[in-house]
Amino acid sequence: MVITGAGIVTALGLGWRPNAAALRTGRTAFRPVTLFDVSRQRTKIAAEADLPPALPPVRLSPHRQRRLDRATRMLLLAAREAWQQAGLQDGTRLPLVLGTTSGGMTHGEAYLTQALGCPASLRRQATRMLNYQVQRHALDVSEALGFEGSLTVISNACASGANAIGHASELLRHGHAACALAGGYDALCQLTFAGFDSLQVLAPAPCRPFAADRNGLSLGEGAGILVLETLDHARERGAEILGEILAYAAATDTHHLTQPHPEGLTTWATMTAACRDAGLTPDVIDYLNAHGTGTPQNDRTEAAAINRWAGPRAATLPVSSTKACMGHLLGAAGAVEALVTLMTLREQWLPPQPGLLETDGACRFPVVREPTAARVTAALTNSIGFGGANATLILGKGP
Amino acid sequence: MSSVFVRGVGAVSPAGWGVAALRRALHTQAPLPTTPVTRPGWNRPIPVRWVPAAEQRPPFLAHPRLRRASALTQHSLAAALEALGEDVSLVRSGRLRLGLVVCLMPGCVTYSRRFYEEVVRDPALASPLLFPETVFNAPASHLAAFLGSAAPSYALVGDASMFLAGLALAANWLHQGRVDGCLVVGAEELDWVVAHAVRLFERHSIQGAGAGALYLRPEAGGGAAPQLGCVTDPFSFQTAHARPAAARAMRTALRPDSPRALLCLGTQGLARPDRDELAAWADWNGDRVAPKRVLGEAFTAAAAWQCVAACLALADGEYDAANVSVVGPNAQAIGARFVRPAQ
Repeated sequence: MVITGAGIVTALGLGWRPNAAALRTGRTAFRPVTLFDVSRQRTKIAAEADLPPALPPVRLSPHRQRRLDRATRMLLLAAREAWQQAGLQDGTRLPLVLGTTSGGMTHGEAYLTQALGCPASLRRQATRMLNYQVQRHALDVSEALGFEGSLTVISNACASGANAIGHASELLRHGHAACALAGGYDALCQLTFAGFDSLQVLAPAPCRPFAADRNGLSLGEGAGILVLETLDHARERGAEILGEILAYAAATDTHHLTQPHPEGLTTWATMTAACRDAGLTPDVIDYLNAHGTGTPQNDRTEAAAINRWAGPRAATLPVSSTKACMGHLLGAAGAVEALVTLMTLREQWLPPQPGLLETDGACRFPVVREPTAARVTAALTNSIGFGGANATLILGKGP
Repeated sequence: MSSVFVRGVGAVSPAGWGVAALRRALHTQAPLPTTPVTRPGWNRPIPVRWVPAAEQRPPFLAHPRLRRASALTQHSLAAALEALGEDVSLVRSGRLRLGLVVCLMPGCVTYSRRFYEEVVRDPALASPLLFPETVFNAPASHLAAFLGSAAPSYALVGDASMFLAGLALAANWLHQGRVDGCLVVGAEELDWVVAHAVRLFERHSIQGAGAGALYLRPEAGGGAAPQLGCVTDPFSFQTAHARPAAARAMRTALRPDSPRALLCLGTQGLARPDRDELAAWADWNGDRVAPKRVLGEAFTAAAAWQCVAACLALADGEYDAANVSVVGPNAQAIGARFVRPAQ
């Protein structure tokens, strides 16, 4: 399963180039939240994306475009970049697999705000309710780009994006499709921000994954979309191959709804299963893009899982969490981080974590702190979500 | 899909907790009575069909993870455990890798609404107990925890068509050997938000709630388990104008018709939402059943009830095949065929 198109939107920029430039040097994108009122929250920063006032040319009518929420706009921008890079033709029939946690929640919030505050008014409520639904976002993508096919939306919390890419790669691997569009998207919204704030897991300053003095996560927003194809299909149409999906594994941690098992058993299990699936050992993994949220608990358990999985290799395995630069993108995180992992394979560098002074003693692996050129032929990315959703993807440079 | 069997079914519906209650309600073919739900600031009551209180408190609520379980989670667990039957012990003992696919449309709407109400009042005081339960995969997570199942688990979100797409996904997992068995659950809960929102699109629609579950295995077992004959491709539609063509494509994909077959429709008994599906099946000469006419609209749960009804009819020996037709309200049309295995 090869990758022939990639599109990315984050607070670091729109598209591959600005994101790669920022990640390569460890630039961060956190700033005071402007999208909603956070004056009563403990944390007041996030990584907000700057979106263009208008979408680039797509097939959606101006009327339809006006009704798109922030999440769908980011999804469309990423999908269009991936589509164009892959050089796919209008009218192609292919499955679309998306991951998200809150989808069109800004529409949902507007609906509820009016329903609670002005219950007699039904103005725009039907439109809000329709556009809140994630299947509408998937339909918007297929209409905007001019393709048809099955729509699947996986909502496995913060593993959703990785699950979506993994599921699409399984569809190709088992002959259900020759080409697929897959990824994740999520926008900042008040409900989610207040939710994480209520759990007291948001850091007051930009997050510092794996730091000894880390104190929480920082939220971000964005979208990451990949075009996946079978090798034969890509070669047949002369597509440029950007990389490949070598393996995917998913499993469920039953320890707690919001807390991973203290020893990271399920994360270890998905890393082990993915390696077995790819016929690889940790020795040949050149980089690990960690879930690394910056909460004391997540990083400690993920470190335990990485230590156990990597064994002696841990001492030299470069690890970093790009959430330090762009925040936690929730349902988009797994997809965007798969895309970042692809960048390391394409451009042969490792993304550093800014602001990391002292690494937690639980980490037996080196955390990348400085911009680093490296030889990367295979890289692994972890995703861990509420509900115990765990997913691991292994990507390679490709044939 | 020739080697996927439905080894158990489960249901929670406005008819009650359990498949037996669903069967009785469908047998009478009479729409269940409605009760009003009150929407704050709205003086006209909205008729709905709630799931009645269980005669006994479900034993699974004693599990520490389920103290604050939403109605959605309770419906999911009850239907799933009924479908699994005695195989629960196989899962718990680690002898059976059980995949979970939980399909939803609005999802955990009651907790989401309550949490957002608290955010609107004062975000600094919003409850950390509510927020985790708002995620779409909370029911799947609770179910996995109750069963002690570490196998893959997906929460699929979409319109009613997503339940049959979930069956296809589960069948793939079984064929790939990723799991030994798979539970596919369609679950919805009722809240004034949903009841009112549905009526923005169809004012005569009666919203219900509940769950349906199918337990799939790659072998028939000792009994005459219905076989999942096929699931069609999903046919998506951008607009209401394209919905009839999607419905027709689904119907065509379920040809040829067999003489002793049942058709399980997703119609509600309402002119506008039913029109495209009824037109697509206008040439159907066999028997029909439409659970939503009795139970109400419940999106993925209703699609699951259609499948449960199909499996019950096959198990009773009345039919050799049963087609399930789902024309979702705003995304995809998809169909499935269940068959009675050769005797």
